[in-house]
Amino acid sequence: MSVASKSVDVKTITFAQAIADAQAEEMERDSNVFVVGEDVGHLGGAFGATAGLIEKFGPGRVIDSPISEAAIEGVAVGAAFAGMRPIAEIQYIDFLAYVDPLVNHAAKFRYLSGGKVRLPMVTRLPNGCKGGNSATHSQSLESWFMHVPGLLVAMPSTPYDAKGLLKTAIRSNNSVVFIEDIKAYFTTGEVPDEEYTIPFGAADIKRRGKDVTVVAMGYMVSRALHAAFQLEGEGIDVEVIDPRTLNPLDIDTVVDSVKRTGRLVTVHQAWRTCGVGAEIATQVMENAFDYLDAPVVRVAGLATPAPYYTKLEDLVYPGIDDIANACRKVMR
Amino acid sequence: MAVENDKLRWIYHKMLEIRYFEEAAMETWRQKLWRGSLHGCIAQEAPAAAVCAAMEPGDYFSSSHRSHGHYIAKGLDPNRCMAELFGRSTGYCQGRGGSMHTIDTELRIFGNSMVGSGAHIAAGIGLAIKMKGTSEVVTCSFGDGATNTGGWHEGINFAAVHKLPVIYLCENNRIAVYTRYEDYAPVENLSARAAGYGIPGFTVDGTDAIACYEVLQEAVKRARKGEGPTLVEAKLYRWRGHTVWDPATYRSAEENEEWSRHDPVARLESHLLSKKLMTKDGIQDMKNEIRKIMDDAAEFAKNSPEPELTRQEAMKYVYADDELLPVGFGALASEEA
Repeated sequence: MSVASKSVDVKTITFAQAIADAQAEEMERDSNVFVVGEDVGHLGGAFGATAGLIEKFGPGRVIDSPISEAAIEGVAVGAAFAGMRPIAEIQYIDFLAYVDPLVNHAAKFRYLSGGKVRLPMVTRLPNGCKGGNSATHSQSLESWFMHVPGLLVAMPSTPYDAKGLLKTAIRSNNSVVFIEDIKAYFTTGEVPDEEYTIPFGAADIKRRGKDVTVVAMGYMVSRALHAAFQLEGEGIDVEVIDPRTLNPLDIDTVVDSVKRTGRLVTVHQAWRTCGVGAEIATQVMENAFDYLDAPVVRVAGLATPAPYYTKLEDLVYPGIDDIANACRKVMR
Repeated sequence: MAVENDKLRWIYHKMLEIRYFEEAAMETWRQKLWRGSLHGCIAQEAPAAAVCAAMEPGDYFSSSHRSHGHYIAKGLDPNRCMAELFGRSTGYCQGRGGSMHTIDTELRIFGNSMVGSGAHIAAGIGLAIKMKGTSEVVTCSFGDGATNTGGWHEGINFAAVHKLPVIYLCENNRIAVYTRYEDYAPVENLSARAAGYGIPGFTVDGTDAIACYEVLQEAVKRARKGEGPTLVEAKLYRWRGHTVWDPATYRSAEENEEWSRHDPVARLESHLLSKKLMTKDGIQDMKNEIRKIMDDAAEFAKNSPEPELTRQEAMKYVYADDELLPVGFGALASEEA
């Protein structure tokens, strides 16, 4: 969905600004919402995604935490248990290797309590490669969280989607993992001035096409669109779908598309093995096996830790050509 | 400091409740009436009862895997606690949480099987209290083993930085699952670790309920006044194994024998008798009455219905009701099963 409805005023902002705006609006709306994380206050976040919040809401609601990822997550769990709506930022998704508070508590308290507890909390996770940050600041770990029942997972690709989905996440009564691709932070897009939210579980068809269905997520959506543009000249008409949330996953939109195109390519920065693409491919097989005219192709990051040197690094993530080649392959 | 006589009798009553609840739980486990984890707290009753005597009902309690004493001290209904052990529909969590994760939002207590994690979750509760400007406190109880986890340090540091109303209560039973204190802790008193966070730390005889109460009452007061967390280490001994199926043969008979002379229940009982705060008959009546309550709890659990044994039922409560999700999101998931 684009912001094409002409009647509304729009502005062009970065993805990072969209994240900051969503938080500011929700903090304005609900005094129980607060932000905690490393450098989220005075610095405005390592990627500027909490810029301006401390000036507006003060250090009582925008908390610069110690370098303590367990405490950031654990504090969010405890505060949510006691009635608040925390937003926790972990500076890089890689730092959440200590997943205990999220996986053992945020995802399970409600279930363990027999439905008595609600933990309305959002964990914001800058994800994926930034460029030159090497192996422990570049991982794409969204499938870890998609795997765990009890967590909802969003992974937007545009400023518009980021803002609308984050507002939904903050209002949700569940524990939401919000995956923000670092490369997307610096991209721009239009958002309306007026208030809007985007529901979870609603994929967005970013480009209509009749030959190949490409399901891409996060920053890879823009590369998939570039590939689609390239293939246009070859007479291959690519449909690009962004699931926008991974749990719930809107598989129906993907299946409907595959029923029309007969071909599926999945694209993500994350490693191929047990990646989101594997899940989507399986669900398509379960739901549209008879419609597939070619085996599904998964375009994914190479199974290696990310190298430091950027020219090497560029080689391990899917490029536009990789996506285009995958589309050509399923068309053969 | 003189402790009010009523408080002492209350603490003694609670300690008996805990002791007899635990005995009933172990007995029914041995009779194979239920199966599941059971980390017994016999001889660890004093700190739990003491801190609950110092707190108000609206205060929070972050418990550990060795949790039954905390549940009972905080005031949970023994029937529903026992039913939870049995996995029955009448249990606090309808058979989802069990021994280690009994959770009640009204009395604001939860068990937590992840060693050390309570420290940061309790800090978060403390932060919520501070942000709302209300006056509750939260007790976070854990074993000595927890003090070596990273999350424990992170949580206490966070609480100390923000002066959050938390009482960090270490029940130091000198053994971390099966590893002895001498093999994992380089300090004589774990309370010494408080210095690293700039908060007060105290070590107290965990078999002396009166001493526990005196220290913990101060910690509760401090927290309520907004002066921040306190670390209290109560030294005691786990009479039984790590779990009900652990015979604990790794400890010497001499050591067990020595510690069996430090029975916190008997100790407080002697005090009550010697100070003439209770009579022998009064104590016996109290014991009989509590024993019956716990026997009845076992009967209640035994006679309670199981949860509905369907896959749909097993998948209930994963997600909170949420108008922001697609219609039937949780239900769809359960239809798949």
